[in-house]
Parts: sequence; structure tokens; C-alpha cells
Amino acid sequence: MTDTGLAQGWEMVIGLEVHCELATRTKLFCGCPNAFGDEPNTNVCPVCLGLPGSLPVLNRHAVELAMRIGTALHCEIRPSTFHRKNYFYPDMPKDFQISQYDAPINTGGRLELPDGSTVGIERAHLEEDTGKTTHIGGTGRIGGADYALVDYNRAGVPLVEIVSAPDVRSAAQARAYAGELRSILIATGASDGRMEEGSMRVDANVSVRRHGEPLGTRCEIKNLNSMRSLLRAITFEADRQVAQLESGERIVQETRHWDEGEGRTLSMRSKEEANDYRYFPEPDLVALVPDSRWQADVAASLGPLPAARRAILVGLLGGEPSPAQIDQIRSVVASDLDAIVTSACELGAPPALALARTANEVAANADRAASLDAGSFAKLLALESGGELSATQAKEVLAGLLANGGDPAEIAKTLGFESMRADDLAAVVAGVIDAHPGEWEKFADGDPKVAGFLTGQVMKASGGKANGKAVAAELARLRSGAGT
Amino acid sequence: MNGAAIALAAAVRSGTRSARESVEESLQKIATGDHEIHAFLEVLADQALERADEIDRVVASGSDPGPLAGVPVALKDNLCTTGIPTTCSSKILEGWRPPYDATVVERLRAAGAIPIGKTNMDEFAMGSSTENSCSGPTRNPHDHDRVPGGSSGGSAAAVAAGFVPVALGSDTGGSIRQPAALCGVVGMKPTYGVVSRYGLIAFASSLDQIGPLSATVGDAALMLEVIGGHDRRDSTSLDAPAPDVLSAVDAGVEGKRIGLVTELVEDTAPEVAARVREAAEALESAGALVEEISIPQFRYGLAAYYLIAPAEASSNLARFDGVRFGLRVDAPDVAAMNVATRTAGFGAEVKRRIMLGTYALSAGYYDAYYAKAQRVRTLVADGFAHAYLRFDALLGATTPTTAFGIGDRTEDPLAMYLSDSCTVPANLAGHPAISVPFGGDEMGLPVGVQVMAPALGEPTLFAVAGAVERAAPARAGGTA
Repeated sequence: MTDTGLAQGWEMVIGLEVHCELATRTKLFCGCPNAFGDEPNTNVCPVCLGLPGSLPVLNRHAVELAMRIGTALHCEIRPSTFHRKNYFYPDMPKDFQISQYDAPINTGGRLELPDGSTVGIERAHLEEDTGKTTHIGGTGRIGGADYALVDYNRAGVPLVEIVSAPDVRSAAQARAYAGELRSILIATGASDGRMEEGSMRVDANVSVRRHGEPLGTRCEIKNLNSMRSLLRAITFEADRQVAQLESGERIVQETRHWDEGEGRTLSMRSKEEANDYRYFPEPDLVALVPDSRWQADVAASLGPLPAARRAILVGLLGGEPSPAQIDQIRSVVASDLDAIVTSACELGAPPALALARTANEVAANADRAASLDAGSFAKLLALESGGELSATQAKEVLAGLLANGGDPAEIAKTLGFESMRADDLAAVVAGVIDAHPGEWEKFADGDPKVAGFLTGQVMKASGGKANGKAVAAELARLRSGAGT
Repeated sequence: MNGAAIALAAAVRSGTRSARESVEESLQKIATGDHEIHAFLEVLADQALERADEIDRVVASGSDPGPLAGVPVALKDNLCTTGIPTTCSSKILEGWRPPYDATVVERLRAAGAIPIGKTNMDEFAMGSSTENSCSGPTRNPHDHDRVPGGSSGGSAAAVAAGFVPVALGSDTGGSIRQPAALCGVVGMKPTYGVVSRYGLIAFASSLDQIGPLSATVGDAALMLEVIGGHDRRDSTSLDAPAPDVLSAVDAGVEGKRIGLVTELVEDTAPEVAARVREAAEALESAGALVEEISIPQFRYGLAAYYLIAPAEASSNLARFDGVRFGLRVDAPDVAAMNVATRTAGFGAEVKRRIMLGTYALSAGYYDAYYAKAQRVRTLVADGFAHAYLRFDALLGATTPTTAFGIGDRTEDPLAMYLSDSCTVPANLAGHPAISVPFGGDEMGLPVGVQVMAPALGEPTLFAVAGAVERAAPARAGGTA
């Protein structure tokens, strides 16, 4: 059982609702651009503004992306319908949201996490996003602002809401779920998965119970804008519920807001949550019935999913990966950089080095990763593994490669990284030994601790041009010579 | 085949009459007569004349402006018109000018028709008398103390008064056919999905259809051919071209099997029932095989309709919240502003239906009301299906009575709702239906006979309607 960090005898029960903005060119029910960050109210038309007389027309690409998500999550893709969810809110143009209710497009799937655990997926349905309200002046909060501005650019952007079963048992597992789901959304091309831009938004339903007891009352936590807040909020909320129950109080079912600054969840006090959304079938849309051929086309168009792609990298490494390599594999696949590793390896690069450089240096400059030429990258890795470039030098060349492209050997030459000729190196090493006779004696006596010191001195004396491996070899050669 | 619009368009296309003359005549009649009738909320004199001149130039250049060249049309005020106030006769839409044309308006313009004005209606199409209008009632051209019916009362009165040869209305539970019957004109509701609803301000989306009102069956057929056909902006629009109906009008009814629906005769005033039976006899004389059939499910139609339509309306009308368009009544916060705006902006009947519909959809009541009403809707459709095993078309009254007095039913909503009892079944089933004038009562008030046909049975519908029209007796005392 996972260590939940909860007080002895308690268990968390967590279900996650993830809203994912689909990466379509246009909105769910009209032809307006689906774009983030444009001037407010520029991507709008009568339909997404809910003007009288306008009607929705379903975006085929959005349906396709929803089916990709469903297929990746092993869901059953079914004939589905749309409903209206009725409630008043200024950033919802029609004062109802078109969503899927009792007949969602995807039902009954599962998500396998990297640690081998499985979380059930209850449904993944299509719906439209709302606009965005900004409260201006006064306190800036809903109740205390002077006025509000509404931007409808986001209104009608397609969403898929993915609802997990209450199978998650710890904050860490919730985070792993969100991370794995994000990888899948990116891998299927359904979304860019950017939490900071709201492309992926997570709500957590959290309850606690003593082991073996029935489910407790749950609270829904909103405003989880990063993996870190997801982890912290669930931990806080579960602790709060345990403390409350242990002191004899009851949990009230409610929606709670995560305050990142304060590090706690706060009740949103939304009038007993007695919302009656008066769902009924959307009469302006017809039933959505993806035929088996369309479903097959979608399934065929899906590339390998993250779990399979991680397995490929493990296979390339050969043998059991180290914990550090497991982290590297996860992060490389999650950020969709694994193709860089595999192509470099196909061109003969050593897998462990390719993985490490991709997970660290390439990932740190992910915006430029797409421009990285596989051949050049493989060549650089060969230079490094062959000892012609030191690790430090290789990183600098890689930075140059990511920034401007080019030939790694040429870049190395420009940076003055041509590896030293053997006799030059021998001269530098001899000089270092002369300057540090005591350390040399210890080294010659077999004390491995001074090897680093001597190597460092050689590096310094060579102005960083010496190659670590070559230095080690020269030192070893001289020691074996001294021994005879 | 006769028809004022058909003849007018032919004259304009051949250059024997100018579009400008046609528009001027229409504007002249409106100027003289509409202060009494109040059919129009807005008359587009300048635009119409400008457009008429354009059409005349097209004709002069040797091109064809289209099948409705130079024909003035009146548009119900729930059809969006670019830059022209579109209010649904509601205070809540005061001053709103749509940034786009409804598909039907686009198609009319493209066919050479000239929108001459926007017509009065019951607020948001909710009513059967055009008394629920924020700008006051429209009067029946046959008797100014009586209602024109509703909700497309302005369009029906505009045709009946001779202001325009043709108009568009919308029919959710009878709102084209019922006023057509009361005003003595032709009114037709197409099969659901034949005419695009894009740009029609929704009342009850699953029931609404736009259709023509005209002096003759032929003109209605021409209008339907222009406005019908697939529109990708309406997901419920059928993927088919406009039905071919003009040629059907004179096709006759030889051998056609026509069912006289007991419930649409027995439940009507004696003089209405008498005219319907006469129409049945006339069809028989014209070669049709007429038999009576009872469709008992029709009696439950009205109850189902008055749950489904308000339920959809309660959701459709939520967007009138003061945030983006139309009326806004300021208040300290958004929720209070919504309430203040809707309280001031909606009339009593609209509020009543929003409350009815909200109730019918509420948790705990949904199954008992909305879901049950949907099952009744299916039963009504089954009743039709059963009847169409034996018949090509059905016949009955359009309305239980002839035009009633202004104010007679305003205090009794249920009595008003009963005005739709004969027309609602076709909406519930999504079938086409048409009301054709057929004589009058002893006071000379018009009676309408209703013809119904199965889904996409428009050619049959127009063939039967044409035969009814040719057999129609003159109305005693009828002048308008």
C-alpha cells in the first residue's frame, strides 16, 4: 500500500476531474479561432456570443480528438448526445453550457500509471468552455470589485472532461495520474497540456475514511493550477478532514478553493451547493454516432502511447534502468522529446548519454528541441562518448546546436574545444605532477581520492581543453610506469 | 396556378412592371391602412426602395433578379435582419440590431424579394392573438375589434390587409396556421428541418419552423421553394434540396386517400366543423377518397406541447440577461441586474412560460412532466404513423373557432392555449401542415381548413391544398 502520509489508520479516497482544452483550429460549435492570448473579444461570432437566433454546429475535429483520448484511455466509444446544463453566469453567453450528460462519447476506461497501478476512467465527454471574467477595482474579488470585464475568446472552446473513478489513494498517486494523463493528452495530439495556460485544469474530489470503512463525505477542490498545487492541496485537505473527524466534527460536502499563497483550501460557501442544472437534451444538435470505420481510422492514427514509448527507451538502455534514468525516461516522454533519443540511438549514439542529454540539456531548452537535427545530435554524442569532448564542452556545443544548428565538430572548433594532441596533454600532466609531488605520491600509492584533484588541476592548466577520459588514461599510464 | 407574388415577380422579370412601383404600392397601402391594423413594428421604406431600384437595374441589364423579383415581403420580427431592429415584440430586445441575416432572409434577398418591414407578434412567439406584444395588439383586418390570431398575427394581417402579397412567420404550435385561418389567408408550416432555423430567435427549438403566409396556395409554394433546403448552419436542417411544390399545386387529388380527423372536426365550433366537412366533400368531388379517422392521441397533444415548449423556452430565453445585448436594468451586482432586467424586460405570458418550463425541468419533476410529455409526443407521432398507413393526407380544422374579440381570452391563459389544439399535433410530429381559407361563419369571419401530410410530404400537401383552394366558397360579407 502506498504511504499516504495520513495519520495512522486513515485512508484518502480521491477522484479527479480533468478538463482538457482540445487543440483544434476552431471552436466546438462555430468557426472562430481557438487561440490563447489574443486581444479580448476578437475571436467571437454570433454563435459563440450566444446571440439570439444563432445555432451550434459540431466541430468534427473536436469529436475526433475526443475519440483519440477515449481510445488511449481504453474507453468504449459510444453513440452520444448533448444536453444543456442551465445556470446563469455572465461569462457563459447562452446561460447554459452544451455538455454531454447521460450519454457521453467515452465511457469505462482505465489509465495505467508508471508505477504499475491502474486508475479507472468513468467517462471522458465533450463540452464547451466558458468565457473569462476579470474583476476590476475594489478588492478585485467577485464580491468587492468595482466592475467586471468578460472576454469571450475562450467561450465555446472545446473541452474534454475526463472523470476518474475514486481509485486514487494518495496525493502522490494523484500527481502521477495527472502527469500520466497529461503525457497521453500531448501524445494523442489532443491538447498541449499546458496547465499554466489553463489547457489542462484539474479538480480533485477528496474524502478520507478509516481503513475498511465506507466512503466518507467528499469535498471538491478547485483552482489547482500546477502539479505542485495538486499535491499540496490534496495533502492539506486530507489532513484537514482527518483533523475535523478526529475532533468529532462532520465533513460538509462542499466546493473548496485552493489558496496557493496561504497553502490551504477555503470553503467557497456556495449556498449549500443546491444547484439544479435542469439538464435536458440539446434540441439544436443531433445525436453523435461515430461509425465503426471512423473509430477504426482514429485508432489507427494513434501513435504509440507514453507507456509503450517508455518501454522503448528502457529497451534501448538494455538492462534495468537506474532510478535517475527512470525519472529521465518519464520526463522525456512526458515532454514529448523521446523521439530525439530514439533517433539519435538509431544513428549510433550511446542510449544512456542520449537520454541524459535529452532529459537535461535539451529539455531545458525545449522550445528549440524541434529544430535539433538528429544527425548532428548523434554526432555530438559520439564526440563526447569517444572522449574528444569533455562533458562540459559537450553541453556547450549542444547549447550552440540548439540555438543555431550547425555541425558539432565545427561548433567545438569555434569554441576552441579541439581536443588536445596526446603529446600536449602529456606535457600538461607532467607539469601538474611536478607541481604537486605529494598528491602524485598518494595517487601512485593507490589513493583514488586525489585522482579528482589531479584531473582538476590538469583541466585548469589546459584551460578546459583536456578531455577527462584522456587525462585519466594518461595518469594511469604514468602510475603504472612509476610502479615498475 | 394563380398568385399575386407569382404574377408580380413574372411582371418584374419581364420588365412590364417595375420593382419600384411594386414597393411604392405596398408602402402606400401600409401608410394608409396600418395605423388601424398595426401589423408592422418597423417599415423599411428607404431600404426597400433602394433595393427595388437595384432590381430594376438588374432587369434593365438583361439579367434575372430571381423568382421573387420585386416582391415585397413582410418578416416576422423574430427573424434576424442585419442592422434592422429585431425585437420579438419584447422590451428586452429594445434597440438590438442583429449583426447578421437569418438564412431565410438571405435566401429571400437572393431570390429578388424585397423586405418591406418587420411584423408584430406575440412576445417571443408566445401567444395565439398577437396581444402579448410590448407594442400593443394587431387587429384583424376583417374586424378591427377581433384578434388576427398569433403569434404571427402581424404577418397574417399584413397579407390579409393586402399590404404585401407574402410574408414569413414561424410556427411552434400553430403560430403560422392559426393566424392564417383567423385572417383568411394561406399559412404553411414545413416539415421540421426543411427550412433552416438559423437566425430565427428560438422559442422552442425542437418545434419551431419558419414558413410562408400568402394570399394563395401557389404563392406559399413559391416561397417555400425559395426558403427551403439544406443549410449547414442549422444542425437540424435536413440534407435535401427544397421540396418541389410549385408544380404540385395544380396536380389535383384524383385517387388521393384523405383522412378526415374526427378530433379536428368534433372539437370545433359548429360553423367551423361545417366548413371542414364541406371541404371534405369538395375533395371527394374532385376525385379524392375521403374517409373519417379518429386519432385519439391528438387530444393529449396540447398538454404535452405546453410542457415541452415552455421547457425549451425557459432555456432558450436564459441568454436575455442584460449582459451582452438588449435591455439592461442596472443593479448592485450581476445576479440582481439579471433579475431586474428580466423582470422589466419580459411580459407576463413570457414569464409564465419560463416558470412553467423551469418547473417542468426541475430535479424531482423532470420525469413526471418533461419526460412524460416527450412520451406523449411519441404517442402523437405514432397516431399519425398509423393514420398514414391508410391515408396520403389528413384534413381537419385549423382552429376551434373563428377570430375572437380583442381582450376576450387575455385573462384566461388556458382558454387562449386551447386556440392551438388543432395545430399542435403536426408540430409535435414534425410534419408539414397548411391552412387554406374556406368560406366563413355567419358573421363573415374566415374559416381555415387544415391539410396535413407525412414528413417530407410537401408535394402531396400542396396538391390537396390547391384543390381545397379551388373549391373554396366565397365568404359572406367578406371584403378585405
